[in-house]
This record gives sequence, C-alpha cells and structure tokens, in this order.
Amino acid sequence: MLSDVLQDLLDEGLQLLGEHLVLVLSAILIAAAIAIPVGVLVAAHPRGRSLALGIANVGQTIPSLALFGFLIPIPFIGGIGQHTAIVALVIYALLPILRNTVTGILGVDAAVRDSAVAMGMTRGQILGMVELPLAAPSIIAGLRIATVTTVGTATIAAAIGAGGLGVFIFRGIASVDKLQILAGAVPAALLALAADGGLGWLERRCVRQ
Amino acid sequence: MSAVEFRNAAFRIGSRSILRDLTLSVEPGETLVLLGRSGSGKTTALRLINGMILPSSGEVLVDGNPTTAWDLVRLRRSIGYVIQESGLFPHFTVARNIGLVPRLEGWPEERVARRVDELLERVALPAGEFSGRLPRELSGGQRQRVGVARALAADPKILLFDEPFGALDPVTRLDLQREFLRLRAEFGKTSVFVTHDVREAMRLATRIGLLFEGRLVFSGTPREFRESSHAEARAFLDVLNEQ
Repeated sequence: MLSDVLQDLLDEGLQLLGEHLVLVLSAILIAAAIAIPVGVLVAAHPRGRSLALGIANVGQTIPSLALFGFLIPIPFIGGIGQHTAIVALVIYALLPILRNTVTGILGVDAAVRDSAVAMGMTRGQILGMVELPLAAPSIIAGLRIATVTTVGTATIAAAIGAGGLGVFIFRGIASVDKLQILAGAVPAALLALAADGGLGWLERRCVRQ
Repeated sequence: MSAVEFRNAAFRIGSRSILRDLTLSVEPGETLVLLGRSGSGKTTALRLINGMILPSSGEVLVDGNPTTAWDLVRLRRSIGYVIQESGLFPHFTVARNIGLVPRLEGWPEERVARRVDELLERVALPAGEFSGRLPRELSGGQRQRVGVARALAADPKILLFDEPFGALDPVTRLDLQREFLRLRAEFGKTSVFVTHDVREAMRLATRIGLLFEGRLVFSGTPREFRESSHAEARAFLDVLNEQ
C-alpha cells in the first residue's frame, strides 16, 4: 500500500525532475548564449555596459510569479507551458552571467591586453586567446549563480503549467501535504547543490590554469 | 633610410597636447633612449612607432612608410615590444608566451620550438627548467628576460622598450641592463628605449632624446648630453651627480 504510493511518487518524481532539468538547462544555455556575447561586446564601452546591465537589472527586479503572469498574454513567447517558463527563467539568468562576463573581461590586466595588441594580435585573437580564457573563471562563476537560482525559481514555473518539481510543491501546498512539498523541495535543493558543486569545481580548475 | 622617422609628429587627446611637433629619426642599429619625466610624452612617442596610436598631425615613418599606411597587424608583428611588468600572458607557459608571434605568423611547430629553446638560452634561462613554467612562477627579473625573448622571437628589425626594468630591484636591473648591452652586441637591432632613469639612459643609449612637456629639447650622444645646457638636461644631470 504505502510502497505503491511511494512508487507512484518516485515515478512521477523522476518525470518532474526531468522536466525541471530541461527548464533549467534550456534557460541557462539560452541566457548564456545571449549574455556572454553581449557582455563581451559592451565590456569596453561604459555606456553600452550600463545600458545592458540596467536592462538585465530591471528583469531581475520583477517578482517571479508576476513575471510568469505577465508573459502569459504575450503572443509567441507567452502562453501556458514550458516555453513561457523558459523565457522568464532566461530573463532572470541574464544578469549574473552578463555582470560576471563584463567583470571578467574588465579584469584582464591592461598590460596583458596592451602587449597582445602590440604583438600584432587581431581583435578576434585577443578575445579568443587572451580575454575569454582569462575571464573564464568569472564567467563560470556567473553561470554558477544563475544555475543555482534558476533551479529554485523554476519550481514556480509549475504555476503556469510548465511542469517540473514545482508541481509537487504546489500540489502539496494546496492539499496541505508535507510529503508532497518535500518531494519537490528536497530534489530541487539537491539539484541546486549538485550544480553549485559541479560548476564550482570547473571554476577552480579554470583558476588553476 | 632611417629605421624610424618622426616628421612633425604630434599627438593630442582632445585639446590637450601630449606630444608636440616631434621631428627625429632613428638609424638602423642605434639605441635611442627617450628620457623624460612622467608625462613628458616619451611613452606616447614610443607607441606612435608601432601604431598603438596614430599621430594627430605629422607622420611617423617605419621602413619609409607612414604608420597610417601600414597594415597595423603587420607593422606590430615586425616590431618587438617590451613593457614594464612584461605583459606576459599569465595563462601561457614561458614557451607559449615566447612562441606566440612566430605561431601567429604560421611558423611550423618544430621551428617555433627550436626558436623558443634558442631564445631562452640567449636570455640565460635554461629551457629545460623554464619553458614549462607559468609567468607567476618566475621572479620579476626572469619575467623581464622572458619578455625580451618574446619580443625577439619573430626576429623583428626594431625593438621598443617601455621602461622595461623600472619595477626591478637595482641589482636585477643592472644585471638586465648588462644583458641588454650583450644582446645588442649580438643582434644589432634598432632599439628605442623609454626611461626616466638618467643613469640607465647614459648606460644604454647610443643617443639620448630628452623630452620635456611633450617637446624634444635635446638629442645627442650621452657625451653631448653631459655638456647640454638645457635646464631639463641639467636637472637630470644633477640627479646623476647627486648619486
């Protein structure tokens, strides 16, 4: 009896965990694909930098539940379901990645950049061989912060029918069922810890090199 | 033909003149030391040579062609550049740092490796011990030696030095200055060397160019410099005599 309940919970849990992973990974990949190039482009320009960071900042300040709600009526990117949730999660993940990319690029020693130019490296070579490798630990730190917070924020995506571990949590709240809440919250927390540990390891590896 | 020639070259940022009306030529094989206080325009003059900056008016000719007509990547790869704190890439080993420009120039790997070993020997850093190290695993003096080796790597005709030994302790500095003279005797490169250290200028220069508030106020041999009556030259000579 009890084992049947647990078995059902486990089956559903694995499916929701899978959905959760899809939400988080798509959001982080898309956010990185936007924020890293933008960060690289604006790093050297104070005006573009404050504009980009300002926009990303505003995105960050919207309460998550409200943001999900705002997106529902918007055509193409909005509606009910996974893609709307991913759009919202991308908006949240942009700021830490963008900020850390800018910080990382700006942190490259001026003498190093100077000698790269003086040795006749092209803009692309300087970016690929000098700036990005030296900014990598900072960029990875940004990805780490973004991933950890996205794992948590993604639980709210269940509110607009995007699935994920939040389904357990919302259902648990509605039915005052602690086990259900924990079935959502504990894996989400473990996922966050795993992401934190894995990206932290990568970050340290980069620093060492 | 002069290796480098400044023709009424000036550099301004906005309305502020950093370098005014500089006319000066550097002959092949000579070591021109640009001497001056901070803000005298000496580094600006140096950076005009490899096109790090372009003149606001007048022109700077390298190998007879104005820097504005050069492909700047080509120009810079044909000129070695050594700066204070070396500017070595912290994430590259010593060998990769030195081999950078030859590699960018598409030299085959084994030729790059041979060149790196050869240069490390020349700057008195045994390749076996040093080629795999990262810059942070070197002393300041060793870093500058690697910086010099890197500048020499693709066999440039001209070498630029921007206060390369400024951050070193006096003993190491003297050591590297001697090394500089030895390498000059060996390679015979045209060098332009920027410093505010009059003693260093007297020791290394075949010719001294003294800059003061963006103007060249003296140009001549170290011996002539000693006889100069210009107030700024006297000020520097006082430093020399004080010690």
